[in-house]
Amino acid sequence: MNNIDTRNPELEGLAKCPTGIRGLDEITDGGLPAGRPTLVVGGPGCGKTMLAVEFLVRGATVYDEPGVFVAFEETAGDLAKNVASLGFDLNGLIAQKKMVIDHVHIDPAEIEETGEYDLEGLFIRLGHAIDSIGAKRVALDTIEVLFSGFMDHAVLRAELRRLFSWLKEKEVTAIITGEAGETTFSRYGLEEYVADCVIALDNRVVNQIATRRLRIVKYRGSAHGMDEYPFLIDADGFSVIPVTTLGLDHEVSSERVSSGIKDLDAMLGGGYYRGSSILVSGIAGTGKTSMAASFVNAACARNERCLYFAFEESEGQMIRNMRSIGIDLGPWIESGLLQIHASRPTVHGLEMHLAMMHKLVSEFQPDVVVVDPISNLISVGNGLQVRSMLTRLIDFLKSNQITALFNDLTQGGGAMQSTEVRVSSLMDTWLLLGYVEENCERNRVLSLLKSRGMAHSNQMRELILSDDGIHLTEVYAGTGGVLTGLNRLTGEAKTNAAEMRQTQDLDAGARAVRRRREALKATIAALRAEYESELDELDASIARERAQQIALEDDCSMDER
Amino acid sequence: MPEKKPEEPVEAFEKAATERGQRYYVLRLCVTGITPRSVSAIENIRKLCEDNLKGYYELEVVDLYQDPSVAAEEGIIAAPTLIKKNPAPKRKLVGDLSDVERVLIGLGIHHKETLRRKVHDEE
Repeated sequence: MNNIDTRNPELEGLAKCPTGIRGLDEITDGGLPAGRPTLVVGGPGCGKTMLAVEFLVRGATVYDEPGVFVAFEETAGDLAKNVASLGFDLNGLIAQKKMVIDHVHIDPAEIEETGEYDLEGLFIRLGHAIDSIGAKRVALDTIEVLFSGFMDHAVLRAELRRLFSWLKEKEVTAIITGEAGETTFSRYGLEEYVADCVIALDNRVVNQIATRRLRIVKYRGSAHGMDEYPFLIDADGFSVIPVTTLGLDHEVSSERVSSGIKDLDAMLGGGYYRGSSILVSGIAGTGKTSMAASFVNAACARNERCLYFAFEESEGQMIRNMRSIGIDLGPWIESGLLQIHASRPTVHGLEMHLAMMHKLVSEFQPDVVVVDPISNLISVGNGLQVRSMLTRLIDFLKSNQITALFNDLTQGGGAMQSTEVRVSSLMDTWLLLGYVEENCERNRVLSLLKSRGMAHSNQMRELILSDDGIHLTEVYAGTGGVLTGLNRLTGEAKTNAAEMRQTQDLDAGARAVRRRREALKATIAALRAEYESELDELDASIARERAQQIALEDDCSMDER
Repeated sequence: MPEKKPEEPVEAFEKAATERGQRYYVLRLCVTGITPRSVSAIENIRKLCEDNLKGYYELEVVDLYQDPSVAAEEGIIAAPTLIKKNPAPKRKLVGDLSDVERVLIGLGIHHKETLRRKVHDEE
């Protein structure tokens, strides 16, 4: 008990300083250690400077914590220009006294070492800048430049150690950037001096496509995500994608939205759930894009906004092709309800795709998003990367209550029930399109592999693309198994013939019975007539008998007399 | 041929300029309080100026603690730092200025070339 009591205040003592950078605060469980220096290492072009700048900008704008940026590599003007593309107005912040940029110019050719020295000049400079605006945050980018300007590295190291403890005394939260080293995290082993938190950035090129990653190497006294997290730098700044730490706590809706196919809605018991994610997988030409177009068409007809990411067809081609099944997307585009973004997946790396999608979704605020197909993204990343990107995308869309439909092109020959990028577990509804080949025919069939949280039909349906959209027909499940197309038609015809024969047979039987009844009736009539005549005859003979008897009685009485 | 030529005119010019007293030195020494290092830097530069630049220099000593904005203005990192503002080019000499030869080179009073030649002659 005593132990716990004495430890608790210490646990609370580790204050966090929120960076305001999307995703980073989640994986650091609240932010960087407040009042302490954090080392950010990475190779050239990894985004170290961007991270440092955004840390200060968010501090100044969101958390009311002014910051000092000590730039060893760029002048203040260059830096302001470079980050203007991220929407950061450094000059404005400087004018508001929320930020100070101090460019420390080090030119080895200009410096002559003439005896013992220390870096007190830098301390005074930094201290003055901090005090002038009451800064709570400091970024030193990249302090290792000092090593190129000064020959006496022993002095430098001693001074850096002093600098970092001085920053702690000043109670500023600092980001110190450093070049990645070959054997140590940073080239000059700065991690020796910054013991509290080390973040590594990385920009790896795999298959000619670059992906940025961030990892918390060390965070003393705090829980933190251990993985490498992809991150991107887009027009809104830095965003880390914490794939594994995002909670599954989206708002859920029980509202149904039509799939655009009446028969499919019936199968699903009303349609898809709003805000759910739908996967349509199938081999080439099974009607995935048509399914997506039907869905979009129905959504636009409900006056909902749709965003369509096409990785296979251009906008014009898609509109033309969909007209052939009676779906005209043209008017929706004209009225602004539908936006089609067609691009080859290879134009960007995955992170840029995700960034682009995020940006467009945020701008357009759609109700429905279609990605057609996700399998093409595999050409710009491996399965794991694509999956983590899609997870992020799905989470993002779900948290915004956007219904998303993803097409997935599977390769023939493999298992039908596997997706190219293995994302089926992320999906709420999974429709599988396939072919049944028989009698020189290919017929499209649709089956509902899963649909979370709704009763749904387990039967396969034949999918028919007609002039007026998609129809699903119940497949013929007769004695010969499941039949589609021509076989279904012949199967149905056979059944019809058999039924007709049966009717005819019945008719014949009835006629025979009728005939027999008529015959029986006639027999009965004849018998009755016979009976009647016999009865008449009997009456006549009785009368005759009686007359005879009377005559005899008369004779007898005459004899007695 | 073209490698040797420029040396002689430059040297001749420097020599002539020094003799005629045209090179006027404007120096600023930035120190951090009264530390032993600061004190020795001040002593060293005063002696050196008196010995080499008597009458042709102006030395200002700034305590960065008293005037911290100077540190950023002058782009100072190390302390003590002696800034040669005139004649051009601008140079920064860091340290307590105890290595006289380096200070002389840094101030452009001695040249690395003359130094090397001197060492060579002595050998």
